[in-house]
Amino acid sequence: MDTPIIEIKNLFKVYGEGEATVNALAGADVTVQRGEFVAVMGPSGSGKSTLMNIIGCLDRPTSGAYLLDGRDVSRLDKNELAKVRSQKIGFVFQSFNLLARLSALDNVMLPMLYNLHEKTDAHEQRRRAVAALEAVGLGQRMGHYPNQLSGGQQQRVAIARALVNQPPLILADEPTGNLDSQSSLEILEIFHRLHNQGTTIVVVTHEPDVAIQAQRIICLRDGSVVSQGGEGISPCLESRERATAQAQEATE
Amino acid sequence: MNFAKIVRVAWDGLNLNKMRSFLTTLGVIIGVASVIIMLAVSAGAEAAIAEQINSLGANLLIVSPLRGVPGAARTLLLEDANAIAQQVVGISGVSAEQSPTAQTIKANGVTLEGIALVGTTADFPVVRDYALGEGRYFTADEDERKIKLVVLGAGLATDLFGEQSALGQSITIGTLRLTVIGVMAPKGQVADVDYDGRVYLPISLVLDKFMPSGPGGISMRRDAVRTIYIKVESQDKIDSVITQVTALLASRHDVDASQPDFTVQTQQDIIATQEAATAAFRDLLAWVAGVSLVVGGIGIMNIMLVSVTERTREIGLRMALGARPTDVLLQFLIEAIILSLAGGVVGVLAGVGGSYLFAQLGTMRTELVPASIPLAFGAAAAVGIFFGYYPATQAAKLDPIVALRRE
Ligand SMILES: Nc1ncnc2c1ncn2[C@@H]1O[C@H](COP(=O)(O)OP(=O)(O)OP(=O)(O)O)[C@@H](O)[C@H]1O
Ligand SMILES: [Mg+2]
Repeated sequence: MDTPIIEIKNLFKVYGEGEATVNALAGADVTVQRGEFVAVMGPSGSGKSTLMNIIGCLDRPTSGAYLLDGRDVSRLDKNELAKVRSQKIGFVFQSFNLLARLSALDNVMLPMLYNLHEKTDAHEQRRRAVAALEAVGLGQRMGHYPNQLSGGQQQRVAIARALVNQPPLILADEPTGNLDSQSSLEILEIFHRLHNQGTTIVVVTHEPDVAIQAQRIICLRDGSVVSQGGEGISPCLESRERATAQAQEATE
Repeated sequence: MNFAKIVRVAWDGLNLNKMRSFLTTLGVIIGVASVIIMLAVSAGAEAAIAEQINSLGANLLIVSPLRGVPGAARTLLLEDANAIAQQVVGISGVSAEQSPTAQTIKANGVTLEGIALVGTTADFPVVRDYALGEGRYFTADEDERKIKLVVLGAGLATDLFGEQSALGQSITIGTLRLTVIGVMAPKGQVADVDYDGRVYLPISLVLDKFMPSGPGGISMRRDAVRTIYIKVESQDKIDSVITQVTALLASRHDVDASQPDFTVQTQQDIIATQEAATAAFRDLLAWVAGVSLVVGGIGIMNIMLVSVTERTREIGLRMALGARPTDVLLQFLIEAIILSLAGGVVGVLAGVGGSYLFAQLGTMRTELVPASIPLAFGAAAAVGIFFGYYPATQAAKLDPIVALRRE
């Protein structure tokens, strides 16, 4: 078997000191294989965002090991982490985080500004940004500014931005949290397409409808992983199962 | 990220808030422009002094009564000038000068008020390198005998007699009738002395008729002169002549040669003294200009700090997309440098334009100092780097997670 793209062992993230200490992550183990589509679920405050920040090299763990693509990145300095982010990771945020003063196309071009491992000229960069926007179905909206786009369209621009450096790993923290169900479906469709093209996708979500679209659901509780998913019903979906069962009983 | 791209990003950042960027730059513009103007003004003042002194003639020694000593202003006498002319070797002329208060002149039906009179000895044209336009200057003999002769400045001759020749005409100064025997060649205005608008008279006549007798009590010599100019034959004899003149006058005034009641100065001495007097003024101006440049820099630092705070979320996003702390540092540092360099460019233009305008308006003589342009420009760049560095490090230090969460 290939080296997993994400291999996390006994990860701790401690915030604060003394009385106010919070173990946001308390011995989490996570393994994601190359090309997987994984959802991360868990109650609010269970450490999902903290985990995503560490996977995304935006933050460093207090202790534990994190191998990204076989390389230990848990002790890199800020400049090296930035380099890893630009090469390996595409982020999609709940709040889109587009720069309002830039057009959709310019927003998508941003990550290439900081991409040092590939020498691309302005023409090639533009071509890639256009291709990324076309891939999310916004080929007709390239010159539009964020305030001229719907929430779903803005999130698609953000996905195009995450794609443009062709990273092997895309991380999305509640990408549909601010969207209606129709837009959510469109976003998920794009994720499926990327997944089919071989990109590894990790999505944090509260919505079971979103989570069940993934291949498996990693379930977090109080900073540790209670289920890696795969077989059976995820503990994070049990309450929903119960609710639907009760609803069915009630109608019968 | 390559340099051109960082500059591009920094430029976009500044365009976010054009008015604010401009106002921030204004501080640097004023600083740079004032450095250039201040230096031009003081260089202009120095040039005016040097020009004035040099216009007196070449190889000249200037003997003046020592200032600040009671009674000394009246110690230099016409006889002193005569003694120098007779006893000192290596000189080609001596001219004593005295100027009474301005007088009213009437001639040819024209009345001119407030005309400056200069009493000189016969050597005046030679000593002062000041040629005659027509006619002749009076002789030593005529001076001694107080003959009522006058030589007119070129402009004054035209004012009084127009196209007509002034030679042989008579004019009235105060109540005294004099005959015009010469007109000086045009020399124009040097610094604030209008050579062409004055009249030149035998000094003995001036001392006799136009100098007020001193008020009772203080013994005032009627034959005191303001300045004695000595024309030295050549440059290499200047030191010898100074020694001779000092010894001669010391013995005539009965004072110790090491503590004379007069000064013997070369033109260079006088220029140096005058420049020393303006140096303090120039230094003060330079400080004021420098301080305004620093104030401009503080303005840049202030706005950059505001900008970093306002754009925290953007900084976080850029970091999440792969920007290294170094990239962020450079972006903000370059923004500050662009601001200050833009201020430098506009400031240089304003400074050069301002110096030119001052000169044109005739209020102040200005002399653009070429070195002041790179100096001011370099200072502006240094201000940008110095005051831009701190805000830039604040931006680079931001934690991307914290920055992204900021509203
Ligand atoms: N910067 C921080 N300082 C202190 N505590 C923090 C910090 N960030 C997160 N925490 C704490 O760590 C725990 C996990 O937070 P995290 O944001 O990872 O939860 P989450 O699972 O993403 O929750 P949600 O579903 O509400 O987004 C929480 O108890 C939170 O209060
Ligand atoms: Mg969260």
